[in-house]
Amino acid sequence: MADAKVIPFDDDRTRNGAQRSGRRRSAGGAGAPSGAVSGQGRAEPKVVRQKVRTLHGAAVPPSAVQAAAGERSGGSVDESHEAVADDGWERRVASGLAFLRRRVTGDYEVDEFGYDKELTDQVLMSLVRPLYENYFRVEVKGIENIPAEGGALVVANHSGTLPLDGLMMQVAVHDNHPAGRHLRLLAADLVFVLPVINELARKAGHTLACTEDAERLLQRGEVVGVMPEGFKGIGKPFSDRYKLQRFGRGGFVSTALKAGVPIVPCSIVGAEEIYPMIGNSRTLARLLGIPYFPITPTFPWLGPLGAVPLPTKWTIQFGEPIETSGYPAEAAEDPMLMFNLTDQVREQIQHTLYKLLVQRRSVFF
Amino acid sequence: MRRMQRDPDVDRVIAVDAVRPEHHLGGADFVQADIRQPTIGRVLAEHAVDTVVHLDVTGTPLGAGGWSAVKETNVIGTMQLLGACQKSPHVRRLVVKSTTSVYGSAPRDPAVFTETTPAKALPSGGFAKDSVEVEGYVRGFARRRPDVAVCVLRFANILGPCADSPLAEFFSLPVLPTVFGYDPRLQFVHEDDVMDVLSRALREPRRGTLNSGTFNIAGDGVLLLSQCSRRLGRPTLPVLLPAVKWVGSALRTVGITDFSPEQIRLLTHGRVVSTAQMRETLGFEPRFTTAETFADFARSRGVGLLPPQSLARAVDQVAESLGARLARGGGSKVQTVQSDAG
Repeated sequence: MADAKVIPFDDDRTRNGAQRSGRRRSAGGAGAPSGAVSGQGRAEPKVVRQKVRTLHGAAVPPSAVQAAAGERSGGSVDESHEAVADDGWERRVASGLAFLRRRVTGDYEVDEFGYDKELTDQVLMSLVRPLYENYFRVEVKGIENIPAEGGALVVANHSGTLPLDGLMMQVAVHDNHPAGRHLRLLAADLVFVLPVINELARKAGHTLACTEDAERLLQRGEVVGVMPEGFKGIGKPFSDRYKLQRFGRGGFVSTALKAGVPIVPCSIVGAEEIYPMIGNSRTLARLLGIPYFPITPTFPWLGPLGAVPLPTKWTIQFGEPIETSGYPAEAAEDPMLMFNLTDQVREQIQHTLYKLLVQRRSVFF
Repeated sequence: MRRMQRDPDVDRVIAVDAVRPEHHLGGADFVQADIRQPTIGRVLAEHAVDTVVHLDVTGTPLGAGGWSAVKETNVIGTMQLLGACQKSPHVRRLVVKSTTSVYGSAPRDPAVFTETTPAKALPSGGFAKDSVEVEGYVRGFARRRPDVAVCVLRFANILGPCADSPLAEFFSLPVLPTVFGYDPRLQFVHEDDVMDVLSRALREPRRGTLNSGTFNIAGDGVLLLSQCSRRLGRPTLPVLLPAVKWVGSALRTVGITDFSPEQIRLLTHGRVVSTAQMRETLGFEPRFTTAETFADFARSRGVGLLPPQSLARAVDQVAESLGARLARGGGSKVQTVQSDAG
């Protein structure tokens, strides 16, 4: 994220773009073992800088063949490079302070759901991004299936004991979509009961998974993310991994039909293995008032250390959108059509999951 | 007694003097009649009143009487008034001031309430419960007298330079106690807009609009409680939810402010209503947005402990000093940027 602000000024953009995407691929890519990733990440800046410098050395005096000239121009470019970098740094400080100024004086906007776009973009996303880029190394496919404008309903599978998959999906859309769209997630009511979490969820643009809110968001032309499996999906035992659970009552289909927005099926691979849930202590769950209490090989035996998710390699694939605008207005009341469409979405997600699983070489790489 | 309701009303007499006598009992009469007594019926009959505005559902306890007296005024008074209206053949129009707190506020509620959203958890007591009961009676009245145009206006929290509602008192505290881990969304309506919408509801509807039914009245936009406190310049003191009730009752005993359980719920979960009906059916555009209403209110309350202007100035100073330092020794910073870049 930071490099994008510094490097583009000192080289032609296309080259940098390629370099960056290349790096992203390598960071999230196939070959890197999980342990080596952090080390690789630390070593990278130097490599990049070297590259930039040599590029300059080659590019600035195209006709100059003398080694000395090349050396000298390399040096001067380096200086200007530093000046530009300095400029970028100043600008970042300035924008950071402007941000701080707006925050302390309360001079920012939230929408009626409590979504604080500025805070999400500047702070919350940056907090989750390391997890997304370096820990789970999320690979995103088919982002173009989310329309550039207008409403859409992204329907995804749900897994992983803790709803990290929703957050990763949000970052995936935010960071990869060319139109910079924001995914508005529909979350379980438990999220809005818990202190702190409800505050953060509202500010990150999540809202309660109910028909009224979903319809309102879709009418405003937002991209809405929903995980119809709910607690059944997220709290299923490890042995049931990648088996889609029942998709609620298909309420999401009627909502999409009423709003006339396409349904984008989304398959997430990798989230199932972050907390392999081998047991469920119903007594404890009932005591704590939560839908399930996971028991994994590490949790709760190792205490907070056991709550660290396993560093699996993730793939998020957005599938072909299913258009709903062709149906007549009363179609939203037709239960047969609901079931058919729900099944179609479910099948497509399940099918893509199997395909991705076959392609996957290992859980962790 | 009806200070909160009369305050804006008195303003209005001064401002829109011509309109008032034709639709109401006349200021003095209104104050002297107690709507808990059947005399209200005589007043209606004597003056052949054709439009009744019921503003007397209040959330402010009146000194000695406490909550039971308030409840009596709210509920019994409404029953008396509606009974009188039902008897009177002249009444053509009834306007009732209600509140958006009839929706309650709970974590399981949808983010935005429309007029038809049922409350998930009915308010447990106080002003909100009274309002729910009053609205029930009003609906019953509307069924019995279909010839009377009934308009129920559900107002969001009313703020403005003269407002002295419990929420206004809360925002006047030097340090705002908040519920830890919750940042409620709040909506305000300006007292001037309240007067405007009341006068709109009192008259014959304009072409293409309808002014009978139930409407949410609120300014545009939403403010978070944290934003409110920063704009006011009053620091917040987050209190854990179980302890909030103690703090509330402690503040009530000291007599600083009145922290009803319902208000604590509002300050925990917040409440936002849809104003689409207000715009489309009633044809009313509020002059103040939520943020403008709050700014107007904040101006009237003076500066807090941490005025936003001085905070902004502090940040600007930091920016200047940093800028100066950067100008001197920029070179060393580049390394940091470079390692950041990874």
